[in-house]
Amino acid sequence: MIPVHALLQVVDRQAPITGYTTYIVFSIIKLIIVFTIYMLSAALLTLAERKISAWIQGRHGPNRVGGRGGWLQPAADGVKNFMKEETEPGNASHPLFSIAPALSFVPAMLVWCVIPFGSPLPTPWGRVDLVVADLPVGFLFILAIASLGVYGIVLAGWASNNKYSFLGGLRSSAQMVSYEVALGMSTIPIILLAGNVTMSEIIRQQSHSMWNVLNLTTAFVVFFVAALAENNRVPFDLPEAESELIAGYHTEYSAMKFSLFFIAEYANMVTAGALMATLFLGGWDIPFTGWDNAAPYTVLKTILTLGCFLTKTGFFVFVFIWIRWTLPRFRYDQLMSLGWRVMLPVALGYIAVLATTLLVLQAIGIHPGPVHSFILLMENICILLLLFVMVDEGRIVSPAYGRAQQARIVRLRARSASRAVTEGAGK
Amino acid sequence: MAREYFPVLLLLGFVVMNAVLIIGVSALTIRKRPTPVKRAAYESGIPAIGDARERFSVAFYMIAMLFIIFDIETVFMIPWAAAFRQLSCSAELVGGMCPAGSTSFFGLGEMLIFMAILVVGFVYVWKKGALRWD
Repeated sequence: MIPVHALLQVVDRQAPITGYTTYIVFSIIKLIIVFTIYMLSAALLTLAERKISAWIQGRHGPNRVGGRGGWLQPAADGVKNFMKEETEPGNASHPLFSIAPALSFVPAMLVWCVIPFGSPLPTPWGRVDLVVADLPVGFLFILAIASLGVYGIVLAGWASNNKYSFLGGLRSSAQMVSYEVALGMSTIPIILLAGNVTMSEIIRQQSHSMWNVLNLTTAFVVFFVAALAENNRVPFDLPEAESELIAGYHTEYSAMKFSLFFIAEYANMVTAGALMATLFLGGWDIPFTGWDNAAPYTVLKTILTLGCFLTKTGFFVFVFIWIRWTLPRFRYDQLMSLGWRVMLPVALGYIAVLATTLLVLQAIGIHPGPVHSFILLMENICILLLLFVMVDEGRIVSPAYGRAQQARIVRLRARSASRAVTEGAGK
Repeated sequence: MAREYFPVLLLLGFVVMNAVLIIGVSALTIRKRPTPVKRAAYESGIPAIGDARERFSVAFYMIAMLFIIFDIETVFMIPWAAAFRQLSCSAELVGGMCPAGSTSFFGLGEMLIFMAILVVGFVYVWKKGALRWD
């Protein structure tokens, strides 16, 4: 029974929704709309990926289905995947093989529900917050659910009983857990600044002072790299390195089960973009104006902030695709080394440095504001320069061939020579 | 308030339903015509030798164990970070700000000690070569 009278009550448009039924109804509406948009954007991203790659490589890309733009290509692919024959290795473990795509799909579609995507919308039934669930533990929820995605991948690799899949699954699990540590630690500075783990509070803090990308640039860099690795995107796409592992963990998957992995991958990409926009670029905040954050809320503000959020998210997604078609792939030992020996110490050290800075600024009486942000920005620039020089080791700044110190080259050669000998002796 | 968590449950149900629906509908629409070759594991056209589930490098276990340690450290840091403003102030906060002259280094000191212990472990692991992958 739908309690119609509860929906027809006229209340203050600016007041938060109080009625339980109204709240549930609006939750369901938001949920279905956002879910649909997510599925659609995942489908369109497969087209965007091909179009952008074609553009970068000077090709045409899909241009047959649905006019010159190839707009109907995702739909054609979807239909094809529903009709295609599905193969399954005879010695795979059937239950796990079937359940793994779903295990990968569900967390990917669940994560975004705590990300706010616009300023509150006034309706005749009260103010609707444009977020599916504004959890008080929003941030922890994202970390927790996003890490569940690794189960689907590992199980897919193991269940296929194929050596490529198995290696892909193993690599993927080690990579995802390694970078998750750096990812988690790079978000502690945000919480230090905001003093809260609710997503809407993090956005409010940024709109009142400065976007975190300027306050916490170092954390942003670490987060961005870790997010690329978490999504198995180039240059960290070792789990599905085509030249080594065919397609990695989904080598044996075909038809709709493969599609589920595919959708999950692109949904994760959108989520990563949305997350970066929310945590570092102020979410739906329109830059250089406080107009969008203040009451009264209007439909116009909602539309503009929504557009702003989509632009920021789209920008990050575009950068992800751009990177994929520009950079080569890491070697696996380089990947692990970067994750544990560079990203983790940097993230950990930055927490200590930032906490100290915040305390010192507080002690000398500088409160959050332009000066506060400026000092943090300067500190970040110094840290990043230092970091760049350390990681670069003279490879980009000076040409690769001559300027590494002669003693260092000799040392490296000696080390690799001794390693080759011991490896040979081991066999 | 518990009502914020309700949409998450709704969404979970909705997403699980969708996943089951996609796999279910595709099971109805596809036609399986297995042959012995199709049912073999795809290993670049070479007949598969043995089982894929063999022993693998111990380094993967090591990474998993290290992950648990460091991830728990991260989780411990989150409440500290959220409460940092109050921890670094010996008086009550006034409008989210610490009154002048009552800065306390208690919160920072505690976390630095915690981090120092963490770093000792990290250096040990590094020197032991657990992070080297070759």
